[in-house]
Amino acid sequence: MTTALAPNSADDPLAYRPVALVDLLDRVLASGVVISGDITLAIADVDLVRISLRALVASVGALRQPEDAG
Amino acid sequence: MVDVAADLSAPPAGAWLHGVVRDAEPATFAAIGGMDGGPVRAVSAAGLVAVVSTAPLDEYGEEPLRRNLEDLAWLERAARAHHAVVEALARRGPVVPARLATVHTDDERVAGSLAARRAELVATLERLAGRGEWGVKGYLVPGAATAAADTAGGAGVGTAYLRRRRAQLTAREERQQVASAAADAVHSALCELAVAGRRHAPQDRRLSGASAPMVLNGAYLVDVAALSRFTELVDSLGGRYPGLHLELTGPWPAYSFVAERPEPALTVRGPG
Repeated sequence: MTTALAPNSADDPLAYRPVALVDLLDRVLASGVVISGDITLAIADVDLVRISLRALVASVGALRQPEDAG
Repeated sequence: MVDVAADLSAPPAGAWLHGVVRDAEPATFAAIGGMDGGPVRAVSAAGLVAVVSTAPLDEYGEEPLRRNLEDLAWLERAARAHHAVVEALARRGPVVPARLATVHTDDERVAGSLAARRAELVATLERLAGRGEWGVKGYLVPGAATAAADTAGGAGVGTAYLRRRRAQLTAREERQQVASAAADAVHSALCELAVAGRRHAPQDRRLSGASAPMVLNGAYLVDVAALSRFTELVDSLGGRYPGLHLELTGPWPAYSFVAERPEPALTVRGPG
């Protein structure tokens, strides 16, 4: 069973379709830390900030209601 | 710390790195809106161009950033703004996307990173040319065909219930195992056609809002020339494994294939 999503704005900038936030976070926050791990961020190529995403997951319920996720 | 005290009205600003490209016309950047909506800037060094947004440190400095990243609305806005820049760059050619919230205190530090990492960045840009990242997510199909629970023959009602219940539990476990094996097989098959593949952790359903559990969250680096074969393969794998619902996303900038330290998951492997 397959659902193929039409290619997004890379093909046609006018047909902009926002990507799912969760798919985006998988990628921009490095691999797979979206669930419960810590993110490491490079600040001024020295210091590392570690933040917990547990609070984030907990607050998702509030976020999800206004937008009908797709 | 940077000496920017001349203009007291403006807070000190760092540079939020979006990505690194080989070269680009300055006019390119005027059209791309950065973190605050203003145009992004180019920092050139060592024959490479880093594309950055001005990042006032009262919002993007270490402490404010730590706080802001815990705020989902802020995080979403930042992730989408960052992605919009990276995607605009990817449309023009290869780009090494920076991880979210890579902030340097000033442009010189950005230039320093370009120089220090030049060989690695150039090699990555070459590897990404003519290729795009595609995502394939696999969900467990609820109640997918399993062996029918046998009806109780010649046993009491209670025994029949227990047997039926056990069969249900076993069926669910079996379905999970079958789906997990199918996810492995799908990933291996896609890796054979892709230049590289890796698996992200399955998404938390509280974040994705998906109704079914995810068993595959794959990312694949695919040659443009092989793209139609890749999408056909996804289709045919969907048919071959009816217990999985496959979903294709992309094209993405190659976020998943630019790790500083190559992880084992980055390399393509044969099945098993």
